[in-house]
Amino acid sequence: MPESNNMPADNALLVETQPLREIGRLERLIGPENYRLLKGLLRTPASILGFTLIGLFVLIAILAPVLAPPLNPNDPYKIPRDGFSAEPRPMFSEWRRNAPSLPAWWKYVFDTEQWVHILGTSQGQYDVYYGIIWGTRTAFKTGLIVVFSTFLIGVIIGSISAYYGGVVDNVIMRIVDVMLTLPFILAALIMAAVLTPRIGRSLLPSLIALITFGWMGYARIIRGDILSIKERDYVLAARVIGVKDSRILLRHILPNAIFPTLVLASLAIGDVVLSFAALSFLGIGTDIGYADWGQVLSFARNWITSLDRYWYIVIWPGLTLVLFVMGWNLVGDAFRDVLDPRMRGRI
Amino acid sequence: MINYIIRRLLLVPLLLFGVTVLIFAMLQFLTPVDRAALYTRDLPKNERALEGIIKVYGLDRPLYEQYWRWLVGVRDPQTGERRGGILFGDFGWSRTGSQPVAQLIATRFPNTVDLTLWAVAPVILVGIWLGVQAAVHHNGFIDQAGRIFSIIGTSFPTFVFGLLVLMAFYAKLGWFPPGRLSDWASAVVNSPSFHHYTRLLTIDALLNGRLDIFLDALRHMVLPILTLSYINWATFLRVTRSSMLETLRQEYVTTARAKGLPEKDVIYKHARPNAMIPVVTLAGFSVVGLLGGVVITETVFNYPGIGSAAAAAASQLDVVTTLGFALFNGFILIVANLVVDILYAYIDPRVRLS
Repeated sequence: MPESNNMPADNALLVETQPLREIGRLERLIGPENYRLLKGLLRTPASILGFTLIGLFVLIAILAPVLAPPLNPNDPYKIPRDGFSAEPRPMFSEWRRNAPSLPAWWKYVFDTEQWVHILGTSQGQYDVYYGIIWGTRTAFKTGLIVVFSTFLIGVIIGSISAYYGGVVDNVIMRIVDVMLTLPFILAALIMAAVLTPRIGRSLLPSLIALITFGWMGYARIIRGDILSIKERDYVLAARVIGVKDSRILLRHILPNAIFPTLVLASLAIGDVVLSFAALSFLGIGTDIGYADWGQVLSFARNWITSLDRYWYIVIWPGLTLVLFVMGWNLVGDAFRDVLDPRMRGRI
Repeated sequence: MINYIIRRLLLVPLLLFGVTVLIFAMLQFLTPVDRAALYTRDLPKNERALEGIIKVYGLDRPLYEQYWRWLVGVRDPQTGERRGGILFGDFGWSRTGSQPVAQLIATRFPNTVDLTLWAVAPVILVGIWLGVQAAVHHNGFIDQAGRIFSIIGTSFPTFVFGLLVLMAFYAKLGWFPPGRLSDWASAVVNSPSFHHYTRLLTIDALLNGRLDIFLDALRHMVLPILTLSYINWATFLRVTRSSMLETLRQEYVTTARAKGLPEKDVIYKHARPNAMIPVVTLAGFSVVGLLGGVVITETVFNYPGIGSAAAAAASQLDVVTTLGFALFNGFILIVANLVVDILYAYIDPRVRLS
């Protein structure tokens, strides 16, 4: 509570000076500008839909063992196969072999003890439903790892570039230019293909590839922000009273420059998951049968001529991926709107 | 202007050097024996001979020496022939394609150019038209519809969209098949009586007077073009819309309106040309992107361009081939970006004067 509230109420002048709106604890903590951003983010229907979608996927990821109990709890990312025949089987067909234990809720909802392929099986009898549920965990895992690493690398390199300036800046920015020359997906594809024979098929080659070619955008943004903040008066003031350069960078410049980049980075999870799925779809990365959406979709590639019959092997994993990416895009759009300088000052 | 072009030209060798170093660095993840595919097609089976190969092509030498050899090639000790050397257009031997990488590129690239040729108009013109309409009817029905469309458009992964249109237009309706040509048409194209003037299939078909082959080739390109348009429209819509809105707020537009010009002239003669400046760059980069091979779209539709060839080689871990494509791609992109930048400076005086 502001102190002025304790003043005698009959003092008209002081009442006038009281804040027009209450300033909460959160606003104090993160500052008025960031608070405005946060509030703007939670206002439009589109961003609320986005947050809902993301929340839903978080829930699915957390509840994965309940929604689709794994066959082998030590290796839950392996999609259970019901036999080896190539042809996909339709939705709600019975589970003949290798059935994992029945989820507890199944009996109450469908009144049967028979576990079925809710969304059918794809090529090689991989259960589509299982792949989607556990693929959600893969998506968050890859998204978070890549976003965190690219952000960290980008911030470090961008700060070094902006801080030292001159030749260092020039060299780093030319390296960024070179790495941005190749199309992102092609560069990542090659990197993953080069790494796979060395470190084997797993999540790693794709992750490393996406990180290697993913940090440049953040480095550019943070560099620009630091360069503009460097000129502010409070930085000059700090310099005048003799604060060390490294302290100025870490305590005065970076905290003020980092917030927009941080939020943009966390919203990039949708794009990262999309690129990761694209690599899996092209046949690079994890072992066949690993629960990830791109892989589940890639099973459909051999059934193009009869997709009208086997629509469920495209529609369900496709819809999942679209909704996931759309959730992040909707929130990202709302964020770009509130970040727009023309919106500043409006709450 | 001259100054700007010179400055921009000076960047080109730097970028070329950078891209070759980048790709050379990726090559170093391979074993020396794998890297021998850069210089020779037949690898001996026994250990001793393999060591000989490594010696001959200097695959165990210091990096800078290897880089130089990679650029200019190695003389074969017996025949004196030059082997490898990317500067001479020799990108090595493609294990998966069973032919030199350069030849693989030469057969695949015309298909990509052909696709680009036919995709450019729908992608760019319709995208710009959508954006202008959205801006003119700001916050109206078209604008809102465009907004929703662009959200959905940017969220739709290319391969999901591709599979969906294949499901509808190929599996269900049978209208537009994937691939490049029907069997009967490729038999005609491969026969000696069919002359390859330009290597672009649609143009060649017209030059040979075979309208049926032209239509067949076009029919196979409908779905890739649709997919490429769809994913690019969302971007064009956004950029055109915001640039157009910005322009419509300018005072000279108000002046034009105050003079009593018809609204149509205000929009299409006064506002639109000036709103096109950022769109032109975007269009340039889109064309460059299309030329560079659209990896996922080509793969989904089995279209034999350079994008799908690179993806196929990568998925079979044929790194020498994949890196050859990357190198080619890098060269194209650097040159094409240069052209776009210069054109941009030509259009927008603010760039060349700064």
